[in-house]
Amino acid sequence: MHNVPPSHRPVNLVFQHYALFPHLTVFRNVAFGLEMRRVPESQIRDRVTAALAMVKLIDKEDRVPSQLSGGEQQRVALARALVNRPAVVLLDEPLGALDQQLRRDMQVELKMIQEQVGITFICVTHHQEEALTMSDRVAVMDQGRILQIGTPQEIYESPSSVFVADFIGNSNRVAGAVERIDDTTYRFQAPDLPPMTVRPPLSLADGTRAMLVLRPERLSLSGDAREAGFDNAVPGRIDKAVYNGSEMQYWIRLTGAVVWKVYVPNATAEQKRFAPGESVCVRWNAADGVVLAE
Amino acid sequence: MTSPISLIRKDRSDPWRSHWPLIPAVVWLTAFFFVPLLLILAISFASRGLYGGVEWRFSAENYAMIVDPLYLWIYLRSFLLAAATTMVCLLFGFPLAYYMARLAPRWQGVWILLIIIPFWTNFLVRTYAWMFILRGEGLLNSVLLAMGAIDAPLDILYTNTAVLIGLVYGYLPFMVLPLYAAIARLDRSLVEAAWDLYAGRWSVFRRVIVPLTKPGVIAGCLLVFIPAMGAFITPDLLGGARTMMVGNLVQHEYLVIRDWPFGSAISFVLIATVLIGVTAYLSSGHRFDEWERSR
Repeated sequence: MHNVPPSHRPVNLVFQHYALFPHLTVFRNVAFGLEMRRVPESQIRDRVTAALAMVKLIDKEDRVPSQLSGGEQQRVALARALVNRPAVVLLDEPLGALDQQLRRDMQVELKMIQEQVGITFICVTHHQEEALTMSDRVAVMDQGRILQIGTPQEIYESPSSVFVADFIGNSNRVAGAVERIDDTTYRFQAPDLPPMTVRPPLSLADGTRAMLVLRPERLSLSGDAREAGFDNAVPGRIDKAVYNGSEMQYWIRLTGAVVWKVYVPNATAEQKRFAPGESVCVRWNAADGVVLAE
Repeated sequence: MTSPISLIRKDRSDPWRSHWPLIPAVVWLTAFFFVPLLLILAISFASRGLYGGVEWRFSAENYAMIVDPLYLWIYLRSFLLAAATTMVCLLFGFPLAYYMARLAPRWQGVWILLIIIPFWTNFLVRTYAWMFILRGEGLLNSVLLAMGAIDAPLDILYTNTAVLIGLVYGYLPFMVLPLYAAIARLDRSLVEAAWDLYAGRWSVFRRVIVPLTKPGVIAGCLLVFIPAMGAFITPDLLGGARTMMVGNLVQHEYLVIRDWPFGSAISFVLIATVLIGVTAYLSSGHRFDEWERSR
């Protein structure tokens, strides 16, 4: 593709702020690419109508972009790209200009349309939730270099670097060294913290410097340190507690320098809630910790 | 009893309140536009006094005189010269304005300054300069002769060409500035979107840039055409007696022949022609918009 000028590549763009032609109707916006390629008039009508039907804008074809809502403009931009039947559609921050609720709806909608047309969508986004919910495969980039490519689940649950773990979702981390117990189990030793059991996917030499990364929702809290049932238990003190409706978010100070976040779903009405200053025990199973070699 | 809500309602229901800010503009236009205009209209239906004054005796004779081929020819020449000036200004002005709008902001300012600087010199002086450039042994002919491009001096001064050059020179800024404003406002991503949708250079220009900068084109064309139609310094100095325009005719009737009623009639026909022309131009542009939007 290096030798092919951009205008001849089988790729169409959905621009960040849609870049719809303000002087043309929805129909003529979508028809633009076909007209430029001199597709016969009768075919244009059929293909534009089909594209507009796909994005559910058939009844708005005579409007101009300024008469449409943000979500509708987004869909016109998508139809304008899809109508050309490209091999790939590039979407630049496609939902960036929409409000939160519309964003969620459009994530699902975009995904449905993509599955229906079977065209590859490459979606550039800074929004991690969007990346996870919309994608079959995610590539995490930093300064132009791809750090990791994988399914949303791989990216989220087995990040290959601290950058990826931090960029996608929230994470707690602590630096330390590993000590081998058996083939799959290691002891992770961080300064001022009790030893922790971890299960890295690859074998590490004794004393390897490593970073332990833990997702806040994989941790649980208990007021009683002796309560059993988890591989690891680390004592701490509640620094801050935030109620956000669906969950409680706690900031827990483990040592002078280490503060971890723990998200506890508000699963039942009788659930115990902790207040700042209370002593608690942070607990998790070895499989939920990700060990990244430094 | 008056609640705050009823106060607000009362304000809304007073139709005059929202028009108050217009009063200064109305006063200004009445004093300096409508009253003089009515005065000209009144004088145009009066008769010329024996020694050049205005005699308030009703007569439509002044308008009958204009139909004379001599005067119609002057109107036609004015129209053609003004139209040609507008076209040439648009032809030169659009690429210049486009180039300016694409420069780094700092250089855009420099260019705007360069375009405005000539206004710091008297227009009459600048037109005299053109006489020196265009005359038989002037700068243009000297250079062309020295280069061997021509064998004998070109006879440009005192022709329609000289007037056209002078008018284009004088009114080009009035075309460039509104065009520049319109092009600078154009969203670059629309051009990129057109590229992405297989448009070539010409299609991008014709289908995206022109329709979206049309307000600037319309403003520029009006700002050039209207004053060019009434110009009199340029045709007077560069055109001489052979290429008179309506402006010269009006000046001649008022100040040389001292026939104010006929001069007023000529002026009024000029104003009416321009108004009708501009209205037709704007409404055709509007119809074109509708057609362009949904063909």
